[in-house]
Amino acid sequence: MQQAIPPPTEGTQRTKTKTKGSNDLIKQQRMWGWFFLSPWIIGFLAFTIVPMIASLVFSFMEFNLARPDEIQWIGLDNYRNLFNDPLFGVSLAVTFRFAIISLPIGMILPIAIAALMNSEYLIGKRFFRTLFYMPYIVPIVSAVYIWQGMLGTETGWLNRVLEWWFGVEGPRWLDSTTWIYPALVIMGLWGIGNAYLITLASMQGVPTQLYEAAKVDGATALRRFYSITLPMISPVVFFNLILSVIGLLRYFEVPFILKSGTGQPGQSTLFYNIHFYKTTFVFLDMGYGSTLAWVLFAITMVLTILLFATARYWVYYASEENVF
Amino acid sequence: MASASATPQQQRPIPSFYQRDMRQFALYALVTLFTSMILVAFLTPFAYMFLTSFKTKDQIVDSATGSILPVTNATVTYEGEELPLLIVDMPDGTQQELALLNGRRRDSTFVDPNNLDAEPIEWEGRWRTLKPVTVPEWHPENYAEAWDIANFPRLMFNTVAIAFVGLIGTLISCVMVAYAFARFPIPGKSLIFLVLISTIILPRQVMLVPLFAFFSFIGWTGTWLPLIVPHFFANAYNVFLLRQYFLQLPKDLDEAAMMDGANPVQILLYVIVPQSWPVIISVALFHLVFAWNDYFEPLIYTLGNPNIQPIAVGIQQFNFRYSQQPQLIQATALLGMLVPVILFFLAQRFFMRGVVITGVEK
Repeated sequence: MQQAIPPPTEGTQRTKTKTKGSNDLIKQQRMWGWFFLSPWIIGFLAFTIVPMIASLVFSFMEFNLARPDEIQWIGLDNYRNLFNDPLFGVSLAVTFRFAIISLPIGMILPIAIAALMNSEYLIGKRFFRTLFYMPYIVPIVSAVYIWQGMLGTETGWLNRVLEWWFGVEGPRWLDSTTWIYPALVIMGLWGIGNAYLITLASMQGVPTQLYEAAKVDGATALRRFYSITLPMISPVVFFNLILSVIGLLRYFEVPFILKSGTGQPGQSTLFYNIHFYKTTFVFLDMGYGSTLAWVLFAITMVLTILLFATARYWVYYASEENVF
Repeated sequence: MASASATPQQQRPIPSFYQRDMRQFALYALVTLFTSMILVAFLTPFAYMFLTSFKTKDQIVDSATGSILPVTNATVTYEGEELPLLIVDMPDGTQQELALLNGRRRDSTFVDPNNLDAEPIEWEGRWRTLKPVTVPEWHPENYAEAWDIANFPRLMFNTVAIAFVGLIGTLISCVMVAYAFARFPIPGKSLIFLVLISTIILPRQVMLVPLFAFFSFIGWTGTWLPLIVPHFFANAYNVFLLRQYFLQLPKDLDEAAMMDGANPVQILLYVIVPQSWPVIISVALFHLVFAWNDYFEPLIYTLGNPNIQPIAVGIQQFNFRYSQQPQLIQATALLGMLVPVILFFLAQRFFMRGVVITGVEK
């Protein structure tokens, strides 16, 4: 029997060659694999796939939990209703307006903080690293109330500092349809912990020879950052970008807690997910709520695919094994 | 000519070392100082919360123009009367703290609080322009009030119960699933793993509506079950973190145990898990903080049953009712963040290493 000996497969015993026993063993190992995988497969079906299909079905139905006897198939009416629902457009515009302000800051600041933490001239690195991460651990509810006080018009410290140091009368951060967005961006600064930490870890992974070679060639610090650091950390920047975009499309807690879901001032904090929340859980309109959810899902998918399509032009992968 | 390259080094004048050291020192000082300033700005809101939580409502109103500390205007008892203590500019150019006995428009009478028996002092000028002397006055009773009204013992118990039962579920399920990905020859494993990771991108809203409808249909809304049961079915972040760690473990020990007749469950429990405590602790801590901070799902599933609400929802509901009491709001904010922050400082290495593994290796 000159047949090829199968390459040793994961989990098989090396001592055995191709025999009936080793096939049984592989089968047995597969069974164990499926067994250990089963919690996720069951959960994926029960809490992801089936609910997704169900909400797609709901989106074609008149389905209000408060009026369970009126459940019926209405085809595309919920989707047509999107155009008659003024709050759909308003909430989508609010979400995108905030995203456009927030995204650049949310992308640049973690890189800036990470670069600072990575500086060879910083004394007490561990101290700073820990404390810049710490606010990320603070519950959103606490953070919102702290910042609500901090940004108060009369007694908030930000406006007091503006007055003391610059003699400027600070804006009414939380009651102005213009200033509410910068205020929300400021509140979001406490959430940079994760992004900055993985950016920092990625910066520390850049081979030092690259910097040394560039130094020998006379590259300035700025040039080294721009031409070496940024390309080398671009996979992490891309990962942060994806998570930020997804996070902005899911943005809900901060404006909801801050304004108790009213969307005030004006309709400036009526984010998409607050509209979704009210439709679904206040008015119990599961049909139209599902439609809103699927529209959000579609937007998320389109943006994610677009971002992945741009990745090849600016994300540099040193090794090929990365998933993202 | 050949020796030219060696001589400049020997001839380098000593002062230039000093200059270089000075420049280095200045850079250290500059960068560290700059970073400290940013950090102070970043963390100042905590000081705001702390100080405000010890004030009365009047003290908060006064802080718009006066001290940011919890203070009150000092008084002196003189012949049975409470006299306000003011900072007075004396004719000789000094400042003295004097008690106002008789305030008139253009001139006033003061007494020296250190020498009440002495003759009252006549002073010319408008006393209303004088600054009052302030003394610290802290109000820790705000915490007792917030603790009782918001029923913190109840909120904490609910949160701990939800967090720990969910913790057991997430640890068992995620360790199992990560073990499957790390060690077993499952057909299409890399595709399945990609599906698992891509669930991170899914907005939860798209699953939420039918789940809510289903949970209310089977009577689970208003109970903890919707907040606990899903954790028994693994999630992408934790599986990724654990799998990454399991893959680094040498397979020799597994194989030795297998030779000795151990089945995969025994290998997992007695070989893999004992080597993986650091990552298991990270996952456990992430889950505890997640459960402590989670707001949205507890909100929709526990609304209408205050007795089962966890801390995040409880604080928000309390502050909605007491929005006119900023000192109580800040006290609840501090009470709400205490446990996660203490946990973080006790175990920050586990937190930060866990973040780094999930982030960078994707």
